Amino acid sequence: MSVLVDDDTRVVVQGITGGEGKFHAEQMMEYGTNVVAGAVPGKGGQEAAGVPVYDTVHEAVEEENADTSVIFVPPAFAGDAVFESLDSDLDLAVAITEGIPTQDMAKVNKRLTETDTRLIGPNCPGLITPGEAKLGILPGNIFSAGNVGLVSRSGTLTYQVVDSLTNRGIGQTTAIGIGGDPIIGTDFVDALELFENDDDTDAIVMCGEIGGEDEEEAAHFIDENVDTPVAGFIAGRTAPPGKRMGHAGAIVSGSGTGTAESKISALNDAGVPVGDTPEEVADHIESFL
Amino acid sequence: MKLHEYQAKQVFADAGIPTPASQLASDVDGAVAAAEEIGYPVAIKAQVQVGGRGKAGGIKLVDDDEEAREAADEILGMDLKGYHVDRVLVEGAVDFTDELYVGITMDRGEGKPVAMVSTKGGVNIEEVAEEDPDAIAREHIDPAFGMHPYQARKAVYDAGVDKAIARDVSSVLTTLYDLWENRDGSDAEINPLMVTADDEVIAADAVMNIDEDALFRQPELAEMEDEAAGGDELEQKADEYGFDYVRLEGNVGIIGNGAGLVMTTLDLVDYYDGEPANFLDVGGGAKAERIANALDMVFSDDNVDSVVFNIFGGITRGDEVAKGINEALEQFDEIPKPVVVRLAGTNWEEGMEILNEDLVTVEQTLEDAVERTVAYAEEVNE
Repeated sequence: MSVLVDDDTRVVVQGITGGEGKFHAEQMMEYGTNVVAGAVPGKGGQEAAGVPVYDTVHEAVEEENADTSVIFVPPAFAGDAVFESLDSDLDLAVAITEGIPTQDMAKVNKRLTETDTRLIGPNCPGLITPGEAKLGILPGNIFSAGNVGLVSRSGTLTYQVVDSLTNRGIGQTTAIGIGGDPIIGTDFVDALELFENDDDTDAIVMCGEIGGEDEEEAAHFIDENVDTPVAGFIAGRTAPPGKRMGHAGAIVSGSGTGTAESKISALNDAGVPVGDTPEEVADHIESFL
Repeated sequence: MKLHEYQAKQVFADAGIPTPASQLASDVDGAVAAAEEIGYPVAIKAQVQVGGRGKAGGIKLVDDDEEAREAADEILGMDLKGYHVDRVLVEGAVDFTDELYVGITMDRGEGKPVAMVSTKGGVNIEEVAEEDPDAIAREHIDPAFGMHPYQARKAVYDAGVDKAIARDVSSVLTTLYDLWENRDGSDAEINPLMVTADDEVIAADAVMNIDEDALFRQPELAEMEDEAAGGDELEQKADEYGFDYVRLEGNVGIIGNGAGLVMTTLDLVDYYDGEPANFLDVGGGAKAERIANALDMVFSDDNVDSVVFNIFGGITRGDEVAKGINEALEQFDEIPKPVVVRLAGTNWEEGMEILNEDLVTVEQTLEDAVERTVAYAEEVNE
């Protein structure tokens, strides 16, 4: 079993003729992902990475039965690209693009409530079900199939923790990078719910970071609704208050919420052990299995 | 990107929000001449981007030429919380009876803009939010429709603003929202919005932060960015290179890819009893030149005694990183500070083949890399 994606998933890559789009479309296919088309305005009729390119996502859906899109469109046009995917009745849209203006995402967020499409990202590495399919830019070789679900706001931190798991022979059902932007589609609570309802997921890793209150909300949700054991990690314990650390979301307000401390204590209160290092997270997961 | 007060005031005034008469000055004579033209009393306000300017002596109210000269002389050239003051805004003082707060920001939890109004203006609004949250009326806005006039009125009435000025405050709030939306604001605030004895409202301060990711469609504001620069020399350099960089107090230089992983590297340096000198995220998909620039950045910090390079490639490729590290280090006869490299993920094997191991120390795991870097930093200080 897998969450959200498997080897039947039919993927259209928006922005497949760009450098990153092409490289990662090929990487995805090499991993076994069923990439069936590309969509790039003005490039319809061409071929890229060995699949046909259409001018619109609608065409890709009509001609190739695409049901999922992965978006590698530059930030200025990425909000529009997400809207296009939502308008094409896809099951899933994964926005890899970093740097989409926040107001564009607020409008996307509003549109999301009116459609059945699930959005992952933006500014995220995507998701992977090891051995079946990966959507996005994650390095496939570090993942292995198994029974641990992983959800993370940070791409590279996902890799770091997965590396620790895989090195101990602990595989993953699905790993989802939800992205660190202030406004995202699928959040911790959504992902935790998916893993809780997945029979093959026996433990969950949740990697958060300073800024916002998503981790606190997730902790509350775990307390009430999640029976699967969860181990956590929070990046940014040493971040000085008031400084912006990369992600727009990673701002310590200094007002007692959004700090590493408040997140860690909320998780602890929900019975979730939080590792001091990625290796410690793997220790906790090992103890659950 | 944060606009200076004088820039934000100009943007507000152009949109029709009432602001006091004001002029920018960069020397004492200019400040006095501006004060005379505006007419006393005036406020002389340091144009640096730090909070609490008034308490720190960066804002002075003056009544005549002599006081204006004295105040301008004192403020110009002063060091305000690490920022050098080289410009002041000379502004007509407002005789007020009340101070309000109005602001627009993005509520990330709701994923929607929120308009805020309070009759407790003129003070630190974050403190009000914490101690007396009900003193701030909040109205969420549907980003697809923008703020309806009734929503502005509702926020103003909910805040308990005096009926005599409710219409004017609503109008300011609506204008502020339109500005925030059209100019890709992340925050737009007026604190205080002063109320005069004649029931006029006037913006005595102006805050406008722009979403950096949207600057491509705000060319006018992007031009203001150069003027708005300031602060730490290294942070300015980071801006030129386009890095997310924060200078910290310690001596262990840190370069990595992805905010979460870089923060984790900082946390691990702390865990192994070292002190991070900086946060530097090279971002996704960094090419060789960017990697070389990152090393240049961290080497430029005199406090740095050793450097850890922690790259876990996804969209970033190990071979590009290795090329950049070689390029940066091969130009030195002697490497200025020991560099520890940990490469994993996409193309890490290719990277390891390229990496000149005479110039760096290679570690396989994050923990080993951080521990080794901290040890190097300690050796320097022994």
